[in-house]
Amino acid sequence: MTQDSKQTQTNTSPDRHFAATDRLLLAGMILPLLVGMALKALFVPAAEGIEISGAYIFLTVKLPLLGDWPITETQVNSWLVMVTILFFCLWLTHGLKPEGGTKRQHVAEWIVEQTDSLVMENMGAYFKNFSPFIGAVLALSAFSSLITLVGLYPPTSDINVTAGWAILVFFLITYYKMKCGPLHYLKSFGEPVAFLTPLNVISEFATPVSMAFRHYGNILSGTVISVLMAAALQGLTQLLLGWLPGFLGEFPFFRIGLPAVLSIYFDLFSGCLQAFIFAMLTMLYVAGGFPEEDYKKKQAKKNKKKLKAALSTERFQ
Amino acid sequence: MLELAIGIILGCCALGAGTAMIAGIGPGIGEGNAVAKACEAIGRQPESRGAVTTTMLMGCAVAETTGLYALVIAILLIFVAPGHLVNILMNTLGR
Repeated sequence: MTQDSKQTQTNTSPDRHFAATDRLLLAGMILPLLVGMALKALFVPAAEGIEISGAYIFLTVKLPLLGDWPITETQVNSWLVMVTILFFCLWLTHGLKPEGGTKRQHVAEWIVEQTDSLVMENMGAYFKNFSPFIGAVLALSAFSSLITLVGLYPPTSDINVTAGWAILVFFLITYYKMKCGPLHYLKSFGEPVAFLTPLNVISEFATPVSMAFRHYGNILSGTVISVLMAAALQGLTQLLLGWLPGFLGEFPFFRIGLPAVLSIYFDLFSGCLQAFIFAMLTMLYVAGGFPEEDYKKKQAKKNKKKLKAALSTERFQ
Repeated sequence: MLELAIGIILGCCALGAGTAMIAGIGPGIGEGNAVAKACEAIGRQPESRGAVTTTMLMGCAVAETTGLYALVIAILLIFVAPGHLVNILMNTLGR
């Protein structure tokens, strides 16, 4: 009897722990969104009619050297999105098993495999370590845009966020272009003809600008069109059903359901597509800027020199 | 006079925004062409549907960029430029 009870105890307590951790992780996923909604409900003034405003500034921190540092809705929501993604990943990878496994594990494995194959397809074997970065960009971008579905301000509709990502990608591109030394990098501006150098320099800086504007413009245009559509539908109801008595005449009937159809395109489809395109362009630019053949030649030369040096030292000894 | 000046500023900003959005024609034609060709390609080779669709979406997104530049400029002209210009006018008038 005592043995039995002991066994059941050892069986149930890890299960209970597992379930408790699970619930904690789920709470970590959902709580940031609730916090964001609460912050919005408490501080951000409600928009009236056709009003399209930028991110709301919660407070301004005064720093001694850097001057005023405004803490905006964009920053707060980006951190909330990051926390959500962190807990989502932890939840997906909670309780991994080498064999079998839950549905959750299969989803996690599917995501990792898809990202790996995407990176391998578009960047080649040399860049296969890039898949965590690309996955992070994809997840952050997609979740930042999809946060509109719960009614929060999407960080990606702020130019500062997308510009930050684009500058990061620009540094990556330049780093991989400089792999063959700065001279090789500078020479690449004079190709194919020397007098095209100014154009090449402009196109170099146009890359991050266009990436930032593309993402930001797509998400922002979705927001603008939804606001305009909501206002237009309200006007339409007033025009058609304004003669109804009392409350019925004022209630915007056409605003029920119809904007959701637009939301499927502008929030769901466009958000995911822009995330995919941002990640895709990152991969293409980084892999395309990297002079693979020259780098391989250089490595081969280096190896030869090393071999020669090793051989000569061996002979002397 | 001041009302007239402010009215001209607001009107010209709106006109500029509307004119900027003429750029929407370009991406429209371009994306239409891209999708038409993609449909042709899928019709000819139905097995390459996935690759063609991904490439087409990529191309569409890149073609859309010029239209989005116009949109950004139009938004700036509507929401940002009037305030700036009216401020400049007030400063030059010394009020």
